[in-house]
Amino acid sequence: MANKETQQQFSSEELPIVLVNRLPSFKLPFQDHLLSHFHLLDPHDSPETYDSFLSRHSNSIRALITVGPTPVTAEFLNLLPRLELIVGTSAGLNHIDLSACRSRGIAVTHSSSAFSEDVADCAVGLLTDVLRRISAADRFVRDRMWPVKKEYPIGFKLGGKRVGIVGLGSIGSEVAKRISAFGCIIAYNSRKKKQSVPFPFYASVCDLAANSDVLILCCALTEETHHIVNKDVMVALGKQGVIINVGRGSLIDEKELVQSLVRGEIGGAGLDVFENEPNVPKELFELDNVVLSPHCAVMTPQSFEALLELIVTNLKAFFSSKPLLSAVSIE
Amino acid sequence: MESIGVLMAYPMNSYLEQELEKRFNLLRFWTVPEKSTFLATHKNSIRAVVGNASAGADSELIEVLPRLEIVSSFSVGLDKIDLAKCKEKGIRVTNTPDVLTEVVADLAIGLMLAVLRKPCQSDRSLGKKVGIIGLGRIGMAVAKRAEAFRCLINYYSRTEKPEIKYKYYPNVVELAANSDILVVACSLTEETRHIINREVIDALGPKGVLINVVRGPHVDEPELVSALVERRLGGAGLDVFEHEPEVPEELFGLDNVVLLPHVGSGTVETRQAMADLVIGNLEAHFLNKPLLTPVV
Repeated sequence: MANKETQQQFSSEELPIVLVNRLPSFKLPFQDHLLSHFHLLDPHDSPETYDSFLSRHSNSIRALITVGPTPVTAEFLNLLPRLELIVGTSAGLNHIDLSACRSRGIAVTHSSSAFSEDVADCAVGLLTDVLRRISAADRFVRDRMWPVKKEYPIGFKLGGKRVGIVGLGSIGSEVAKRISAFGCIIAYNSRKKKQSVPFPFYASVCDLAANSDVLILCCALTEETHHIVNKDVMVALGKQGVIINVGRGSLIDEKELVQSLVRGEIGGAGLDVFENEPNVPKELFELDNVVLSPHCAVMTPQSFEALLELIVTNLKAFFSSKPLLSAVSIE
Repeated sequence: MESIGVLMAYPMNSYLEQELEKRFNLLRFWTVPEKSTFLATHKNSIRAVVGNASAGADSELIEVLPRLEIVSSFSVGLDKIDLAKCKEKGIRVTNTPDVLTEVVADLAIGLMLAVLRKPCQSDRSLGKKVGIIGLGRIGMAVAKRAEAFRCLINYYSRTEKPEIKYKYYPNVVELAANSDILVVACSLTEETRHIINREVIDALGPKGVLINVVRGPHVDEPELVSALVERRLGGAGLDVFEHEPEVPEELFGLDNVVLLPHVGSGTVETRQAMADLVIGNLEAHFLNKPLLTPVV
């Protein structure tokens, strides 16, 4: 890694400095591309100890990229007295201590818009799969049951279903756009009502659930939204209700969900995220009305490019004192 | 009307069977071991046939039923009915258009998303170029949905439709060459049999995905299977096959396909609506009223 240090030192006069905060098992994606715009400091690429490297550079670090779920804790922030910006590379922000950032006046940018389309595609894919039993029917065919059983149990139409979207940010909006084309009726819950949005707003997730056939969870995981889908919400949604989760596992009380599904108290679920990934409650494997995906809204070539552009744009805006593109408003 | 013999080829829907039994003398053809004897015995009372995607009224059947007046299909596809013969003999034909359009299109999109969610496809997102063969009711419904996923829609159909804003390709090979996902949405006729052949599959290519929710014979199935096994074609979502319920064994081991047992119209709401159309058409005919959804 000595070569990289040397290469960085050549350009260090011209390019702005950005710290790369990553767990050793995570690589910074598109590092080469970023190197042409920024002087990247990566403690794991240095022969020095982590602490020594960080304290040597701490006064020149105004911005950092935190890779994937690499945490940014209050203690870590204390080591960087001049830090003003944190750029996240994942859609979620629950690994960043946002209230510590708020007290320090550190701006945080998220990257959810780079993924929104892919996550929305995943959400709709899970919904169509649950309602039309696609994965279960595929297993039926592969198990050679079609010539034996002749008919496969029929599913349910999407058109006319009342879909409640929890969180109408960039992901929720992309979901709404897609499911409108299927003739679904959309309503939403979000921290605040959005004036420009034509869909009915429900101030509580429980009320939304009571008026929905399907709930799609697209919101961020915060203290307020932890287990936002609890037993009451599931009861309100009802026996035919379907829950789709592409947000974070802990948005749902997973134990309650599993019990409700096993007991047939709700209609079905499509889950891309779990409370304790990669562990998935094994009871779910037996259920034909449950579709599971392994955190599928991953990097695709399009979202990869969109993410890179978002990161570069935010960093460049910061270093030229222009407004950030995707700053999180930390209330 | 209880004496009117209605021959049903296959079990298709218990609600339909129930309702037909209330009104007519329903003859369940699939339960009959000696079919030709049965037909000879009942030929003078059978005035209607209820068919579906698996069996309808071919030339042979029509010939042995001298009192056949109407064929009412529990499907929108008419490929199992000898339409020319029906016209010739003045036999009316009805199907179930419109009521299943949306759910078939839903399934096409569901198949696309399911194929692209597979781990072997994780280095790609929902391909932005969707090529649709046949821009009738189902094709248009697929296009409308795919557009909401920000896909670019191209199409092939027998004639260009100038009022449509999507890009037209004059042949299927060119359409395939310019598509990430190719969707078959046309009806099955002699011209469209094996419309998906080796050439089209090659043009679609190792990153291409084929979606078929209409009829198995649209696709040269052995060609498709070898292309998928050899990875000359990226993936496929198939609801229909040439010899249902038989599905080529080689497909079971592949991770780049999704296989469904002809469930295109398979929702509670749709099957009920289809059944109501069959019943409504038969009733209308035997009461000398205008047919609801006549084809011939």
